[in-house]
Amino acid sequence: MARLLSPLPGTFYRSPAPDQPPYKADGDAVAVGDVIGLIEVMKSFHEVKADRAGGNIRFVADNEDPVMAGAVLAELD
Amino acid sequence: MLKRLLIANRGEIAVRIIRAARDLGIATVAVCSDADRDALHVQIADQVVNIGPPAAKKSYLNAAAILQAAADSGADSIHPGYGFLAENASFSDVVTAAGLVFVGPSGDAIRLMGDKVAARSAAAAAGVPVVPGSEGRVAGIAAGRRVLLDTGFPVMIKAAAGGGGRGIRIAANLAEFEQAFPQAEAEALAAFGDGGLYMEKVIAKARHIEVQVLGDGVDAVHCFERECSLQRRRQKVWEEAPSLALTDRLRDQLCDSAVALARAVGYSGAGTVEYLYDETAGQFYFIEMNTRIQVEHPVTEIITGIDLVAEMLRIAGGEPLRLRQSDIVARGHAIEVRLNAEDPARDFAPFPGTVTDLRLPGGPGVRFDSMLYPGYAVPPFYDSLLAKLIVHGETREAALRRLTRALSELLVSGVKTTKPLFLALAADPSVQRGDFHTRWLETWLPANANRLTPEREP
Repeated sequence: MARLLSPLPGTFYRSPAPDQPPYKADGDAVAVGDVIGLIEVMKSFHEVKADRAGGNIRFVADNEDPVMAGAVLAELD
Repeated sequence: MLKRLLIANRGEIAVRIIRAARDLGIATVAVCSDADRDALHVQIADQVVNIGPPAAKKSYLNAAAILQAAADSGADSIHPGYGFLAENASFSDVVTAAGLVFVGPSGDAIRLMGDKVAARSAAAAAGVPVVPGSEGRVAGIAAGRRVLLDTGFPVMIKAAAGGGGRGIRIAANLAEFEQAFPQAEAEALAAFGDGGLYMEKVIAKARHIEVQVLGDGVDAVHCFERECSLQRRRQKVWEEAPSLALTDRLRDQLCDSAVALARAVGYSGAGTVEYLYDETAGQFYFIEMNTRIQVEHPVTEIITGIDLVAEMLRIAGGEPLRLRQSDIVARGHAIEVRLNAEDPARDFAPFPGTVTDLRLPGGPGVRFDSMLYPGYAVPPFYDSLLAKLIVHGETREAALRRLTRALSELLVSGVKTTKPLFLALAADPSVQRGDFHTRWLETWLPANANRLTPEREP
């Protein structure tokens, strides 16, 4: 099992905008470099890219959760 | 007079408002999110109410939670500060409907000034010059050609439903206009489902000049202007007063026009009328009126000696304006710089973190408005403004020297700040001459990137 960590502290978002579908649905496969969410830090938005590949992504952080740098966002098989 | 004030904000402005209230003998109620339990505004208020999780939407933008906090704490009034709910007309309405005093204008005044077309019409009706352009939507290309008689070239064609710089085209001559107008119409329809367009004269090298006003619903006065032309991504970073660009005659005209607008709309509280100033043509044009206290208000306080936040509280408490126009005199020159938790050497990337050490500037002519203290953890959930350094001098030259002196005294360890930007700007010949416009800083930054690394701390 691999874990995807937040590179920054801030607010985590799973989709590019409130009215759009999430970047990844639970169970999706992930390739290195895939965007899995956004972190909002002080009103600026940063894409979170997967630094490893895997299947069956399961999000640990919910949409709009406050996260610290290094927090687990999701797990992969 | 107000007795117990709830401050619906955080950060340096919450600290600023608490100070003004306590100076007037008004009890203060701070609100905080889970991320702000240790914040300075929480420490210095008489009471505190937690209003929810860190995300602003669930706390500082949550009107129901704030009204509940007001009821629970026995507050009789709410000051919204700036940002968050400060220019939310329905928040002003619900606060008033709950039997509380909203420290700011009525919901209707906020609504009027928040609607670009209505605000422009109100300004024009009060005799305030507006940027030449269409009165609202342009009814097709033939009507657009007639608007060109007022605007000349270059002209901006904007999607009525656009915003934030989206859906804008600029035409430099008639041929470009004939091509751009139908394209803009089609694009606006495709992008926003609304093909409506506005047109506006392009002012190439504009300075941003704004006038501070105070009104009591009947009468209004001005507290002179501020110039805020040094901007990055449309965010002001450096503000000063007075503006170097104005003659005394133009200053009088500008300030009088702001008072005329405030009177015409029966404005109550502190407000700012913003203008673009076309230096080559010697013309100023209304852009918008901000119905709140602004970040850069201390610049005006320093040159006039007026506590603007205290005046807001007095007006909200039912007092008529205490100041006549002839009582308000400007002295010397003031400059404010915004110290943000950003790394100027890395394209101003946000830099939340813990302040490990702090040394503040002081001495004559120096004011430091902030929520910093040693050990403070800057949360990542809100904007990056940490502090405002404001300096005063008899002349602009003296103020600039004092700015450099105060910046060199300031030490904030643990987080990166925009201090190196201001040291470099204060030393720049164009800044020293006052030779800049609203897009000057955007071109200066890449050319001076090597000057934006933090100096070595001793």
